[in-house]
Amino acid sequence: MAINILMPALSPTMEEGTLAKWLVKEGDTVTSGDILAEIETDKATMEFEAVDEGVIGKILIAEGSEGVPVNTPIALLLEDGEDANAEAPAPTETPIPVEASATPTKTAPATSLPPATAPQMEEIPDGTTFKSQTVREALREAMSEEMRTTPEVYLMGEEVAEYQGAYKISQGMLDEFGPKRVIDTPITEHGFTGIAVGSAFAGLKPIVEFMTFNFAMQAIDHIINSASKTLYMSGGQMGCSIVFRGANGAAARVGAQHSQDYAAWYAQIPGLKVVQPYSAADAKGLLKSAIRDPNPVLVLENEILYGRSFDVPEIEDFTVPIGRARIWRTGTDVTIVSFGIGMQYALEAADELAKEGISAEVIDLRSIRPIDYETVLASVRKTNRCVTVEEGFPVCSIGNHISAKIMTEAFDYLDAPVINCAGKDTPMPYAANLEKLALVTTKEVIDAVKSVTYR
Amino acid sequence: MAAPKSKKKPSKAPSNTSKDELLHFYREMLQIRRFEEKAGQLYGMGLIGGFCHLYIGQEAVVVGLEATAKEGDQRVTSYRDHGHMLACGMDPKGVMAELTGRIDGYSKGKGGSMHMFSAEKKFYGGHGIVGAQVPIGTGLAFANWYRGNDSVSFAYFGDGSANQGQVYETFNMASLWGLPVVFVIENNQYAMGTAMKRSTSTPDIYHRGHAFGIPGEAVDGMDVLAVKEAGQKAVAHCRAGKGPYILEMKTYRYRGHSMSDPAKYRTREEVQKVREEKDPIDHVRDLLVQGKHATEDDLKAIDKEIKSIVNDAAKFAQESPEPDASELWTDIYA
Repeated sequence: MAINILMPALSPTMEEGTLAKWLVKEGDTVTSGDILAEIETDKATMEFEAVDEGVIGKILIAEGSEGVPVNTPIALLLEDGEDANAEAPAPTETPIPVEASATPTKTAPATSLPPATAPQMEEIPDGTTFKSQTVREALREAMSEEMRTTPEVYLMGEEVAEYQGAYKISQGMLDEFGPKRVIDTPITEHGFTGIAVGSAFAGLKPIVEFMTFNFAMQAIDHIINSASKTLYMSGGQMGCSIVFRGANGAAARVGAQHSQDYAAWYAQIPGLKVVQPYSAADAKGLLKSAIRDPNPVLVLENEILYGRSFDVPEIEDFTVPIGRARIWRTGTDVTIVSFGIGMQYALEAADELAKEGISAEVIDLRSIRPIDYETVLASVRKTNRCVTVEEGFPVCSIGNHISAKIMTEAFDYLDAPVINCAGKDTPMPYAANLEKLALVTTKEVIDAVKSVTYR
Repeated sequence: MAAPKSKKKPSKAPSNTSKDELLHFYREMLQIRRFEEKAGQLYGMGLIGGFCHLYIGQEAVVVGLEATAKEGDQRVTSYRDHGHMLACGMDPKGVMAELTGRIDGYSKGKGGSMHMFSAEKKFYGGHGIVGAQVPIGTGLAFANWYRGNDSVSFAYFGDGSANQGQVYETFNMASLWGLPVVFVIENNQYAMGTAMKRSTSTPDIYHRGHAFGIPGEAVDGMDVLAVKEAGQKAVAHCRAGKGPYILEMKTYRYRGHSMSDPAKYRTREEVQKVREEKDPIDHVRDLLVQGKHATEDDLKAIDKEIKSIVNDAAKFAQESPEPDASELWTDIYA
């Protein structure tokens, strides 16, 4: 049967083109790969090759024709012994029209993340005893506990083994688990992150330690493009159970390249989970959950908090669910929403405000993605006011996002605009006084609360 | 050994093959070529969208190397990935349906030409970021090393990728840790539209492994038997626990970088010359006919059979429905 040669689409956006020149004439025998014609698109002139073998029976579109729509029959290709005149000009191989992609559904979920329902904290049974532990110890315990029970879990990063950890998080782990499971890497974040992701595709459960998240920018392609998107791109076949963790945000006097909070950067990525614990208990519980999670999870730690002690429940196999906020203190006049080291300013401010008779409810988001919106919204519906606190840059911050969510979901409950307290819109300066000014301060939080409570 | 530039292909069958193997190579390479031609055709009809990078001309590389792989071995490649999927045994229907963005594609239509996977066949993509598949392939090898099995991973990348920094970070760690990965550089002479001599400081890329203690060699990537032989050596090296190995396959792509490439950076004559003198499929065809392993009729029958497989795949890929709108929201989190 004769084959219609159709006007080809030669770029993703081409709808029509000019048939600039025929390089074959009627009666010519062609084989696959022969150049048939030159087609001019809006971008370039391209050669158009034969796919099938046969004889050019009829040229249907003359050369020089402009505006020829894609898929128009431009010539008729005959197989052995066929006659051009006997063949109907109608297309013999009708392409199935490509329909416009599905129309957006009005009920599309606002987020791909599982909905956070009622504020739900991890259960800590009555009578639980607590021990005082630093965040550093809590993180180490989380990793060690998971490595004892799950042979696929390993730790990889710069100075994690023989040096005992740049910030001593992995101190002693080389002794317990050996060099196959606690692996010192060269200083090549891009490369070792890719290797860890590949090993996770093959079913291992790596914990990648970045000495700080500033250096993870070298590896961000693998975090986002390789780890976070592959489950989706593979139609659910190939997951990536991996933890990326390390110090994030400003430490002290290390300047612009070493002082950045990445919460807002990574919060945007579908397929990735992001947690940013403040307390040692949350650091431990969230890291354990992160290691068990079948998805890539980013754990944003903080150097200043590493040495801080908190009460950690003495519960066997203590975990904290990802995606649940924690109400640190209840209050009635204003909701302060924070996470990570921002909680320090939020809690200090709440203490000061209490002395002045202002009752603040302080919520620690703990998870940046998914965010527990419901806990925040329920609180704002009660207090009618909200201040957010974080150390990151102020443009497109987590606070901005929370504000938008409150405006959309709880507009009628607001008695004042939401105020975002954030780091300043400058690179981090080195000078001690300037660094203090660049970060968010407790005073700024207090002032913001007074502003929204009209005090 | 670099690929001879203008030497007429050898007509004598080397001793390390058999009639059955030659027929297998012929069939596999022809299937890739016909599949790619059909993909090009469907692209022209607007049935395949976005970027679509065809493997025509390079068939001998993946077909020869797959002949050296065993159950459990893994492979990962760049976005020029259709040939690799067919060669490792993935179903042409599922691959074509992914190209047309339909629910029966390997990724339910959510990956497309550049992002396709098969857990079953241990095909880890189909990776769209130039060079990023190199550490990922090495991570697959890391998992084999960690588990202490003797599986090997094949990390395919092009002469373009070979200039990415992460490739050398990976060479260093793969050699340092003795990981069982075969780095396959498919040097098709052009990084998109940039000729190798305009982008790469030395004419051979496999040398670069020497700096990291990784043995490497150049191979005539248009000769499937040469590819197989080199592959066997590399794979044996990796399986023996001696660390990574580099194979630089000197090959050539006949089509543009992608479907929207006007190919003004090289002459028509250059392409034609390779086609006439070095075509990997013609080479095996000649060996079969001259060795009296197959008659013209036998080969015609294979051609017909392959054509029908490819046509069935194209029909399937057009009839399979688009993914349901609800698929937008699935497979984001496990």
